[in-house]
Amino acid sequence: MRILTAKKNPIKTGKNILRVHSIESFGTHDGPGIRMVIFLQGCKLKCLYCHNPDTINTIGGNLYHIEELVEMAVKEKPYFGKKGGVTVSGGEPLLQSKALIPLFKRLKEEGIHTNIDTNGRVLNHFTETLLDEYADLVMLDIKHMTEEGYRYITGMKNRDTTFNFAKYREASGKKMWLRYVLIPEITNKPQLLHDLGAYFKDFKTIEKIELQPYHKLGVHKWEALGWDYQLKEARENTEAEIDAAVEILKNYFKDVKIN
Amino acid sequence: MEVKQFNYGIWTEKVDVRNFVMNNMTPYHGTSDFLVGPSERTQRLWEVCKAATKEERQNNGVRSLDTDTISTVSAFNAGYIDKENEVIVGLQTDELLKRAMKPFGGFKVVQKALSEHGVKPNDTITELFSKYVKTHNDGVFDAYNAEIKKYRSLGFLTGLPDNYARGRIIGDYRRVALYGIDFLIKSKQEDLAKISGPMTEAVIRLREEVSEQIKALKEMIDLGAKYDLDLSRPAENAKEAVQWTYMAYLAAVKEQDGAAMSLGNVSTFLDVFIENDLQEGLITEEEAQEFIDQFVMKLRMVRHLRMAAYDEIFAGDPTWVTEAIGGMFEDGRTKVTKTSFRFLNTLYNLGPSPEPNMTILWSDDLPQHFKDFCAKVSIDTSSIQFENDTLMRESRGSDDYGIACCVSHQALGKSIQFFGARTNLAKTLLLAINGGRCEISGTQIVDGIEPCDCQYLDFDKVMSNFKIAMKEVARVYNDSMNIIHYMHDRYYYEKAQMALIDTNPDINIAYGIAGLSIVADSLSAIKYAKVKPIRNEVGLTVDFKIEGEFPCYGNDDDRVDTLAANAVADFNNALKKLSVYKNAESTMSVLTITSNVAYGKKTGATPDGRAKGVPFAPGANPMHGRDSQGAIASLNSVAKIDYNDSLDGISNTFSIVPKSLGSNKEERIENLTTILDGYFYRNAQHINVNVLNKKTLLDAMERPEEYPQLTIRVSGYAVNFVRLTREQQQEVITRSFHESM
Repeated sequence: MRILTAKKNPIKTGKNILRVHSIESFGTHDGPGIRMVIFLQGCKLKCLYCHNPDTINTIGGNLYHIEELVEMAVKEKPYFGKKGGVTVSGGEPLLQSKALIPLFKRLKEEGIHTNIDTNGRVLNHFTETLLDEYADLVMLDIKHMTEEGYRYITGMKNRDTTFNFAKYREASGKKMWLRYVLIPEITNKPQLLHDLGAYFKDFKTIEKIELQPYHKLGVHKWEALGWDYQLKEARENTEAEIDAAVEILKNYFKDVKIN
Repeated sequence: MEVKQFNYGIWTEKVDVRNFVMNNMTPYHGTSDFLVGPSERTQRLWEVCKAATKEERQNNGVRSLDTDTISTVSAFNAGYIDKENEVIVGLQTDELLKRAMKPFGGFKVVQKALSEHGVKPNDTITELFSKYVKTHNDGVFDAYNAEIKKYRSLGFLTGLPDNYARGRIIGDYRRVALYGIDFLIKSKQEDLAKISGPMTEAVIRLREEVSEQIKALKEMIDLGAKYDLDLSRPAENAKEAVQWTYMAYLAAVKEQDGAAMSLGNVSTFLDVFIENDLQEGLITEEEAQEFIDQFVMKLRMVRHLRMAAYDEIFAGDPTWVTEAIGGMFEDGRTKVTKTSFRFLNTLYNLGPSPEPNMTILWSDDLPQHFKDFCAKVSIDTSSIQFENDTLMRESRGSDDYGIACCVSHQALGKSIQFFGARTNLAKTLLLAINGGRCEISGTQIVDGIEPCDCQYLDFDKVMSNFKIAMKEVARVYNDSMNIIHYMHDRYYYEKAQMALIDTNPDINIAYGIAGLSIVADSLSAIKYAKVKPIRNEVGLTVDFKIEGEFPCYGNDDDRVDTLAANAVADFNNALKKLSVYKNAESTMSVLTITSNVAYGKKTGATPDGRAKGVPFAPGANPMHGRDSQGAIASLNSVAKIDYNDSLDGISNTFSIVPKSLGSNKEERIENLTTILDGYFYRNAQHINVNVLNKKTLLDAMERPEEYPQLTIRVSGYAVNFVRLTREQQQEVITRSFHESM
C-alpha cells in the first residue's frame, strides 16, 4: 500500500550519518519507560505551538554516525528496565528515514526497544521498511481532524497524509500510540474529539492515546530564534477541560493518558 | 542468659549480633499495606517537638543551653518530652533540645559556641579547662608543625576534626538489647585479661582503652537507672529492645559530639523482637509502629553544641544519625523486614525529616514491593538516600554493616573508621600551574614544580606537575591525620561507642577529596581545547582563556570521564603509600557535605572556566549546567569512578522535578526504581534523590515558616531547607535539576 512517496530522502547527510539536534539520555515522556531520545534536526512543518522550534531548520545540528548513537544506547541499556529503549523524535525523524534503518537494525541487534515519534508526513519506502520491520512502536501525532485545522496548525496542506500513515502502520500489525495536543478552542472541542475517536476506534494496533495539554514552555525558544510566536492568543486548558476531553476519548480508546 | 524464645547459634556463646539476626529474622516480601498511622500519644508528643523546634529556629537555632554540666554518659537527670505519652524515653539532657557542653574535643570551641548565644561556661569549668584539663584540640596544636598549619589555613586541607569530635565511629548499639550490659562487661573483662605483655606502647594503650570501655558500660547502667530501666540484663520484649538500643545510642551522643554519629543497621535486628511479640499476641501493629515512631522522634531531637563557623562546612545543624535499611545477606536472603517499612513509615507519620539519615541498601535482589515503597517515599519526602549493597558487600566482605556519616561502609561491631575530612583537589591542581604556589596568597606550598611561562598550558606537563602536587599534599594530609587521631584517642576517646565494638577492631582512615568535577573539566580543557592562563604581576593565575571546545564530565564521554576516574585513582594511590596511626587502612571518599561552597570560596579561577570563588559541584557531581545530555548520561559519568579507588564512598546528588521523572505517580515510582537498578548495575556507589520543584524551594526561601519540615538531600545527608543559610539555599537551587525537554 503506497499512498505517498517522497522522491528522495529530504535531509542530506552521509551514509549511516544522522543530523542530530540533541540527545536526552533520560526521556520519560517519549514512549514507554525510560528512554534515550534522539532529537533529529529538521522538520517540514512549522506547527504554531512547536516547543522545539530550534529543531525545525533542516540545516544545523550535529552529525553523528549511527554507531556512536548505538554505543550511547548500549551504555544506557541498564536504565531501560523492562519497558524503555530508544526514541527518535525531532524535528521530524522520518526526514532521515534512510539512515534510521541501519540505526534501528543495530539497536534491535542489541536488544533495545525502538520507537519513532512522528507527524506521519513521510511515507517513502525507507519509512515503510521501518514501519514493517524495525520500529517496535510508532507514536503518531494527530495535528487536527479537519483539513482547515491541519493547515492552520502546521502551515501545510493534506491532513490525509497522517491518516494514510496510520493505515499503513495498522496494516503492518505493529504497535502504535496516537498523540494529540489539546488546545482550548482549537483542538479541544467535543466534535473534534468525537471525530478523532470515531476515525481511529477500530484500529487494532493503537494501544493508547496520549493527550498533551498545550503549554507555553517553548515560547522563549521562538523568541531566541527571533521568530514571532504565532499562538499568543491561546491559553492553557483548565483541569475541567482536560477531564472532559479524557471522558470523550475514553468512549473510543482503551487507554487515554495525559502526558 | 534467657534466650528461650529465639533460635540458638554462635551468638548465644559470644557477642555476635549478626548471627542472632540471621538465625531469627523474618524476611518480608509483601507490600506496605500493613502499615498504620501514628498513635494518639505519638501525635501529641510530636506536637510538643514541633513547637520546640519552632522555638529553636526563632531563637537563632538554639532553644536552650546548659553551662554547668560536662556532658558524660550518666550526666544529667532524666529528661522527658511529655512523660505520660512517652513509650520510648531518654533525652541527652534533662530538657528537650537543651544543648550540652562536651569540652574534651576543644574547650575554646565550647566557649565560642556559648558566647555566640551570649553565655559562657560556669567559672569552675572554665578554670578546670583553662588550667588543668587538656583537650584534643590542645593536643593537636601542640603537635602540628608549620607546614600543616599552612596547608590548613590556606584551604588545601579543610574541615579537619582538630577542634571538634571526629565522630564516624558506630557502636553496635544492638548489643545492649541483645546481651544486656553485664554480659558485655564480662566479655570485655575477658578480653582485657588476654591483652598481655610485652608491654609495648600499643599493648598499653589497648589495655587502657578496654578499661575505659568497661567504665563506660557501667556508666550506661547508671544512665538506664535514671529512667528506671535495668540495662544490665537483655531486653525481654520488643519495647525493651527498642528502648535498650536507644539508650546505648543515647550514651554515645551524650558523651561525644562527633560530626556524624550514625546509628548503624538496627531495623532488621529490632524486627526480630517485634515479630516475636506480634506472633505471641503481646503487641499490635499500632504498638509496633508506635515504638518505632517514638524511637525515630527521639533521634530527630538529638542536638550538639556547635559554633556558627561549623555551619559553613556542615550546614543545617546535621547530626548524621544514619540508619542503613534493607540490603541482602550473603546467603541470598533479604534483610528487608516489616520494620524496614516501619522506619520509612515514620516519614509519613511524623512528616519528612533529614534525621535519622535513612539510607537504603539497594540490591537488584531486594523485594520489588520494598523497592517500590522506597521509591515512593523518596518521591514524597526527598528524605532518603540509596547505596549499592551488592557492590559494598562484595568489595568490603561484610553484609552486616552501617553507613558511617554519609556514605561509608562500616562493618558493625567489627571495624571503625577515622574521619579524615577532605583535601581540596582543585586547589591542588592549581599548584601544578603556579610553580607550587598557592594561587591566591602566593605562598610556596610544594617544591619541585617548575614555574610554567608557556602561552598555552601543556597537558603532559600539567599532569606531571599535578602528580607531584598530589603526592606532597597527600603527605601533609596524612601527617595531619596521624596527629589528629593520636590526640583524639588520647584526650577524647569514644569509650562508650568502643565498648560496643570488638576489642581491637579493623580501622579505616577515611580521607576525602573535593572539587573532582573541576579537576576533570580543567584537565579536559587543557587537553582538548587550548587554555591560556592569565597571570598577575607576580605570575599567579587569575583567570584562564579557553579557545575551542572540550568535553565536560557528566555527559558519559570517556575522554573526560577517564580523567576524573584517574584523578581519583592517582590521589588514592598517593595516600595509600603512607603509613597511618594504628595501622589503619587508607580509604578515600569523593564527598563534600555542603563544604563545596566554602571550598569554592577559597579557590581561585580554574582552567575549566570557573571563576574565582564560585562553589564547586558537591561530591562527585558534574558541575551544574555542564551535563547537557540528561540525567542518565550524568549518572553514567559518575558511575565510572571505581569504588575500589574510593572505598569510603562516592557521593552523587540527583535532583529532578517531579514531572520529569514521569507523568504520574505510578510512572515516577517505576522510573525511579529502574534508574536505581541501572545506576547500581553500573557499579555506582551512592545517590541522593530529590524530587522537588524549584518553585517550592524559592517559595520556601521567602516564606520559611510555611515549610518547617521541607527536607532536601545534599551531599550524603539531608537538611531542613529552611535551616540553610541564604547562600547555601541559592547554591542548592542553582544546581542541575534534571528537566527533560
